[in-house]
Amino acid sequence: MLQIENLSGGYGDKKIVDRISFSVKKGRMLGILGPNGSGKSTLMKLISGVLEPTSGVVRVDGRPVGDFPAKELARKMAVLPQLHAHAFSHTVRETVSLGRYPHQSGWFSSWSAEDEAAVQEAMQLMDISHYESTLLEEMSGGEQQRVFVAQALAQNAAVLLLDEPTNHLDINHQKELLDTIKKQAIEKELTIISIFHDINLASMYCDELLLMDEGSIVRKGEPHEVVRTHDVESVYQTRVSNHPHPELPKPQITLLPGVRRTPAGLKVKAGDFLVTPEFVAYQSQLPLKTVSSAVVNAGSGWFRNFLNRRVDANYNVDNSYEEMVDYIEDSGLKATDTVAMMTAVRTEHAIVREYAGDFGSIVVAVTAGVGNGVDVSQAVAREQRVGTINTWIMVNGILSDEAFIQAMITATEAKTKALQHEQVIDPLTGTIATGTSTDSCLVAATQQGETLPYAGPITEVGKLIGTGVFECTVEAIHLYREAKKA
Amino acid sequence: MSKTALAYLVSLILLGGAVVLGVTVGTVSISPAVIWNPSSDEAAANILWNIRMPRVVLAGLVGAALAIAGAAFQGLLKNPLADPYTLGVSSGAAVGAVMTLFFGISIPFLGMYTLPVISMIGALITMLAVMGFARLVDRSMKMETVILTGIIFSSFLGSIMSLMIALTGEELRQIIGWLLGSVSMRGWPYVQMALPFVLVGSFVLWLYRRELNAMLFGEERAQHLGVDVKKSKLAILIGGSVLTGSAVAVSGTIGFVGLVVPHITRLVWGSDHRHVLPLSFINGAALLIVCDLVARTIISPTELPIGVITAFIGAPVFAFIFFRQRRGGL
Repeated sequence: MLQIENLSGGYGDKKIVDRISFSVKKGRMLGILGPNGSGKSTLMKLISGVLEPTSGVVRVDGRPVGDFPAKELARKMAVLPQLHAHAFSHTVRETVSLGRYPHQSGWFSSWSAEDEAAVQEAMQLMDISHYESTLLEEMSGGEQQRVFVAQALAQNAAVLLLDEPTNHLDINHQKELLDTIKKQAIEKELTIISIFHDINLASMYCDELLLMDEGSIVRKGEPHEVVRTHDVESVYQTRVSNHPHPELPKPQITLLPGVRRTPAGLKVKAGDFLVTPEFVAYQSQLPLKTVSSAVVNAGSGWFRNFLNRRVDANYNVDNSYEEMVDYIEDSGLKATDTVAMMTAVRTEHAIVREYAGDFGSIVVAVTAGVGNGVDVSQAVAREQRVGTINTWIMVNGILSDEAFIQAMITATEAKTKALQHEQVIDPLTGTIATGTSTDSCLVAATQQGETLPYAGPITEVGKLIGTGVFECTVEAIHLYREAKKA
Repeated sequence: MSKTALAYLVSLILLGGAVVLGVTVGTVSISPAVIWNPSSDEAAANILWNIRMPRVVLAGLVGAALAIAGAAFQGLLKNPLADPYTLGVSSGAAVGAVMTLFFGISIPFLGMYTLPVISMIGALITMLAVMGFARLVDRSMKMETVILTGIIFSSFLGSIMSLMIALTGEELRQIIGWLLGSVSMRGWPYVQMALPFVLVGSFVLWLYRRELNAMLFGEERAQHLGVDVKKSKLAILIGGSVLTGSAVAVSGTIGFVGLVVPHITRLVWGSDHRHVLPLSFINGAALLIVCDLVARTIISPTELPIGVITAFIGAPVFAFIFFRQRRGGL
């Protein structure tokens, strides 16, 4: 649909865009990324024909843009420029109606039903119909932006060039606008090229991306090929980290600020744990990076409060989440800042112990109840029963994503070994249990001090986790059994 | 009734009223009945049709021409302060007119039209020079830059005119009329001289009404919307120059009409050039007829130059628009 071949150009003698080539297929959306001054807007002007290229050619449907008469080109290609101030007042309707200019010909041609329909549809799509007779100058920047998008849509062109379409918009309208454009692109098979400031928005909505720097293409391809930490960091000269979108197979990036306000010296100590008959709790001065299978705030995140709460054996598990949140708030903590799990085991029997290594130290906290031992390798129909082993591992160090997962594996292996050592039997199968049906595990790290890229059994931290979890679990089982006997 | 129809109706009634006042009020008061029934008072009818009516029609044509040209220049330059006078285009036309009289130029085949044609050429050259210079100074052609450039050119062209006037002997009185503007003692031949150009120029501008709407959003935006910017610009400049040239050729430099009329028209009826242009045409005619009436009656029997009246109204309006643009609303 749209081919850009060897395009160069700029203002006067200054060459801003240097030999750029790419093409966009019908119905596809291409996003252009790049830092300020990388030539994105100039490239747009060269494509739209506002600037004369010094070399190269832009083709629409195989025909060079320069060969089109102005009106015919405007019926093929609509442009949304960046917002400018205006000296005169226009109503929304007048402004959107201008989009029909290329469809009107002849000296006396009048407004057709088709023109009216296109204007109405465009205003509806952009949710500005009720502003029809409002003056542009009385609207906010975001509302004005939507008016100009409607103007471009009213052109009914097969190619749309957008220069930062989400400028001035709040996040809801950013989403609405891009959803609408994307929907149009799919329904009407529009070909779209859009400049984006926001890499994450571009990644979410575009089929292809093009990363520019100093007038040239650094990388182009699908979002996963372009939104990569290394390229983004070198082009934008800033530290970023990339991570997956929670719902879409599109990579997202997060800025890493240059200024960190975290004071050093944060250390998790066994002595700071609060162990009572009601709960085991740890409150950290600063949030710890946490991965867990807790009841409240499972998954990964940063939290300050850690709670292992004792509940009655007959605790109603149906609305456990809401009840747990209420419990946390009632104890004066913020539920959003707290990871919480529960156990029927007497929490005063929790084992909390500190293990030191060359890199620093870890704290392991375990509560164990094994009345519900399960041999995970035996596929037997089971009823859920109470009895839980909750394992916490707090690391004084910087864990990588791999290390978090390896710490989990190591801890689980050590727990299973402890159950074997203690000859905990699955009452249904009569074999040695590997855990209980409701075990939870939590790994938290201060993300200060030494960097620990791995936490498998051959690493120092892995070894501490292994022995620590094994020892604590064994001891917790002892206490549990003694309490049962008593 | 739609707002648009109301706009045209009100404007036409105002124009009709201005014409009736213009031909009946004066040193000799004439009953409006004479318009419909000339035989009732032969002497009055004579004054009305041979002295007052050509004067009123000429004032109307000049007002219409300047107002529609002003509206077009404002749209083209996205500049609410632009008008043939503030841009220096009127001065360019006046230099052309004064030169024609000073050197006694007469182009074969053009005959009486030599004067307006040379004025138009003067207007066009000045317009191109002002725009070229303003663009050199400031690529974005800011409002103030363009107006300042217009003032520079006006002053320069004014000095050329003063020089020519100083060098003239008995023609002096006729030429001095071009400096302050007047529609007195012109008669029907002058109406005949201006009419075809005013009609053609206005028609050309009206053809570009939609392009002007697009260009209000900037030349780049207009191009995106499919406007052939170069062609439209040239056509609008020529149309505006034809109008300014013909107006100045018959009445001299009358300031601010092209500023005041489109501004008020927009304020009341909106910015759509499909209506701003024709409405400015009608309202411009009405305004200048009334201004001329005031000019010749206010300190009767002495007559004021009409430019004094338009400047008296126009300069404060200019200040008001400038203030509004810079300080954002009132």
